[in-house]
Amino acid sequence: MTELLEPRAMGQSLVRRDGVDKVRGTATYAYETDVEHPVFCHPVQATIALGRVTAMDTAAAEALDGVLAVLTPFNAERLASTEDVEYAVLQSTEVAFRGQLIGVVVAETSELAREVADGITVTYAEQQHDSVLRTDHPGLYAPEQVNAGHPTDTAEGDVDAALAAAEVRIDHTYETQMLHNNPIEPHATTALWDPGAEVPLTLWDSTQGVHPDRAAVSQVFGLEEEQVRVVCPYVGGGFGSKGNPHANVMLATMAARALPGRPVKLALTRQQMFFLTGYRTPTIQRMQLGADSRGRLSAIAIDVVEQTSKVKEFAEQTGVPARMMYASPNRRSTHRLAPLDVPIPSWMRAPGECPGMFGPEVAMDELAEALGMDPVRLRILNEPEVDPDTKKPWSSRHLVECLREGAERFGWDTRGPGRRREGDWLVGHGVASSVYPTMRQATSTAAIRYRGGRYVVEIGAADLGTGAWTVLPQIAADALGVDVADVDVAIGDTRYPIASVAGGSSGTNTWGSAIVQAAREFRGKYGTDPRDGDEASGDVDQATMDDAHAAYAFGAQFTEVRVNADTGEIRVPRLIGVFAAGRIINPRTARSQLIGGMTMGLSMALHENSVFDTRVGQVANHDLAEYHITVNADVQQIEAHWLDEHDPHVNAMGAKGIGEIGITGTAASVVNAVRHATGVRVRGLPVTLDKVLAGLE
Amino acid sequence: MKPFAYARPADVAEAVRDVAAEPTAVFLAGGTNLVDHLKLGVARPDLVVDVRTLTSREVTDLPDGGLRLGAASTNSEVAADRRVLERYPVLAQALLAGATGQLRNTATTGGNPLQRTRCVYFGDVTTPCNKREPGSGCSAVGGYTRYHAVLGTTAALPDPTAAETCIATHPSDMAVALAALDAQVQVLGPTGERTIPFTELHRLPGDDPSKDTTLDHGELITAIDLPPLLAGTRSAYRKVRDRASYAFALVSVAAVVSGTDVRIALGGVAHKPWRATRAEELLRGAELTGHAVRTAMDAELAAAQPQPGEGGGNGFKIPLVNRTVVATLRELTPEASA
Repeated sequence: MTELLEPRAMGQSLVRRDGVDKVRGTATYAYETDVEHPVFCHPVQATIALGRVTAMDTAAAEALDGVLAVLTPFNAERLASTEDVEYAVLQSTEVAFRGQLIGVVVAETSELAREVADGITVTYAEQQHDSVLRTDHPGLYAPEQVNAGHPTDTAEGDVDAALAAAEVRIDHTYETQMLHNNPIEPHATTALWDPGAEVPLTLWDSTQGVHPDRAAVSQVFGLEEEQVRVVCPYVGGGFGSKGNPHANVMLATMAARALPGRPVKLALTRQQMFFLTGYRTPTIQRMQLGADSRGRLSAIAIDVVEQTSKVKEFAEQTGVPARMMYASPNRRSTHRLAPLDVPIPSWMRAPGECPGMFGPEVAMDELAEALGMDPVRLRILNEPEVDPDTKKPWSSRHLVECLREGAERFGWDTRGPGRRREGDWLVGHGVASSVYPTMRQATSTAAIRYRGGRYVVEIGAADLGTGAWTVLPQIAADALGVDVADVDVAIGDTRYPIASVAGGSSGTNTWGSAIVQAAREFRGKYGTDPRDGDEASGDVDQATMDDAHAAYAFGAQFTEVRVNADTGEIRVPRLIGVFAAGRIINPRTARSQLIGGMTMGLSMALHENSVFDTRVGQVANHDLAEYHITVNADVQQIEAHWLDEHDPHVNAMGAKGIGEIGITGTAASVVNAVRHATGVRVRGLPVTLDKVLAGLE
Repeated sequence: MKPFAYARPADVAEAVRDVAAEPTAVFLAGGTNLVDHLKLGVARPDLVVDVRTLTSREVTDLPDGGLRLGAASTNSEVAADRRVLERYPVLAQALLAGATGQLRNTATTGGNPLQRTRCVYFGDVTTPCNKREPGSGCSAVGGYTRYHAVLGTTAALPDPTAAETCIATHPSDMAVALAALDAQVQVLGPTGERTIPFTELHRLPGDDPSKDTTLDHGELITAIDLPPLLAGTRSAYRKVRDRASYAFALVSVAAVVSGTDVRIALGGVAHKPWRATRAEELLRGAELTGHAVRTAMDAELAAAQPQPGEGGGNGFKIPLVNRTVVATLRELTPEASA
């Protein structure tokens, strides 16, 4: 149990401290960094999905006025570490996926770099590639563990016997699509290599963590971490795709090292992002549920097949949320990976929980229907007293309250048997639960200095547009017992103390915990009347980490859909979420996070789909005109509410993290509503009109 | 991006001469499509001739009661013109269903119908495409065909390696409305002026998918004329798409009901805006009941060819376009379906 801070600044709806600069366009992003005489990079990408580069004709390009360097696998520097194959750029002529980096052109203008890069003739020895995800893939294997350190498979009791004995059984296969993060700011770097300087390498890089970014780059190039500075005050969205650096950062660094003293700029184009910056792996989830006629679950099983790239394993923890959501004496979960000749998957908002709350939450709806039971009631009925997976007590779990309050706010009790028609539209209501684990990272340090009557908090944290610039001062103010107006923060630079990645909805929890610790150190050392220049620092306090409890944020999402009776067009006029995510530190930025997550979930439900052309081995619709992200016209009434929950087991703020829970369960809620409206059960995302058309009269 | 020369001639005659004299030259108007293609390497002209300020930006009344849309009038301006809204709602609706506010403020009457297909393979220079690179083949056949044609294609399963294969669709909404309105295109070319019926401006791929239109090199659209309509004419545009805004049509329908005539143009289904002439014939003078329209559209779509592909192909377009025509005409003639 942690001593909770007295909330004074916390809980206030303060406006974003960085808002004015962003609106005025004066907030500087990585690519815009004001450097002298920059030069510009454009990558060369492989146009085969598997094989080897046998030759690259760069002579004409190199001879052009304004072209400063053309780096290829044949002339690039040898990296100190090639342990991570994603970072081993230009180290080999092997091509493991289409779009892989095989070169870079550095020129005086970006237009010239692009024209020259596109004009380089590459000769390949091409091999037959395999990029088809299927459940009977001969190479399916069980990874040693799945992401976030979870066991690959779990089993308890006898699922098969329980299913055989169950009065009601559900056995369906659900599919989630390949998805690409598309932050509005593309992945971009300005890099300067100045070998004579004390800190020879400076990267202004769009990243979710300057310190993790520095650690990766210094390892790859054989530099001490002190020889590298990473700067990133503002990020135009990351969603996980900037959680670790991708190959483009290594390529920019390599280009900078080839041109000492000249700052180089590399921004991926939107199209290139579909090859190089990770994606949410498509998943195939077989769900089996067994229950008695009163709706008590006796068996829950999820068997997941998903893809990874052949060259670098990425094991999305899709089956993990089904392990802990509902009570059942018999449970099983498995993960199998199909290794394919495809780009490398990576993190995308709520990896694991987001796809992993689709199949199970649609299956629960199918079970409710089979039982003739209200799906809200079915969920409440199967509420577990302790974490079914670990048997630990919950730090706090208010899913039932979220379901009840959501039902009340939505008007769930007016929901009829379905297939209600208003004019040309069929109207339906759906529900699903949300969940996200509460995490705290092991490493983060904050420094607090008193200067000129103000407290300055320094920590290398990242604000992805999430609100860290605004929220961290609120925590510091309450930890110090001062007015929030008297607190400044400095983030986004490795010159500040080390901070963990902004990922896993753990940023505020982790950095906030370090700030609280630093404030305690500061007050312990200097009392309440410090002198100018007094300074103290604190580390995220591992002693207060609570391993005795299972800590999660929960939520419930209610959706109204309208399906056009003629065309099958699907619209979502109402989406209401209620969350129990611990203390909400800033309602203004929190609401933005939650409705942002819900909107992204809506986008996953209805629109986003990286259509992989398995003949070519690439995403066919690799730009924002053809890869559809939900637009304003698609989002009508969307509400996020939260319960007044303060969890004493998670951290001194009592906060659980809100960046990701909003996207979990949304797609299931939409699909369940589409079923209610039309009678058509869609088990593969996204739900598009062609999938419901045949079921319309 | 390949370097190119940029010219801003004094008048349309000079612009036409400039383009006619240079085989790879292109006209630039709003640039909402061309500039993308310059960046992507899809368009690689040596000369770009800016005509933005050379043609009329006005919408003017014609003596016969029609309207003339100057080629430089923007999509936003035309959509907001009171005469267009009152007399040609199908056109205003089609314009407003296209793109975004920002794009409509820039895109022009002359340029919109000349935009290129959004076939993803056309826009990706690393994949074969007969439209972009004649003779290289068609990557769309058997690939991602959701936005591709079901009408006017050469065969049920075209040969992807054949030089004439192309299953692209024309992306313009405006063009579908103009086809239904029997608009006329005023053109200035190196040999003088001519008028082209809008329905003959675009072509099917035939043996040369690289050609979208019947315009010759150097020919410039100077205006588009809307013919007068009978009193009591009703018209509407219905676009069905994957999201509520800023998406190309899966299918779209422009319908004009005028006296005993019904004119129907379809978008998203063919290489050109598709006039459903067979259905129009069957419906001429008929009562526009749902059954009659459905039956007429069944006849129109009898030759439609679904294209298989990633995610299930595009066969859904055939029932979808039929249902959308039924719904659009039901809306225009509520008395017939009552």
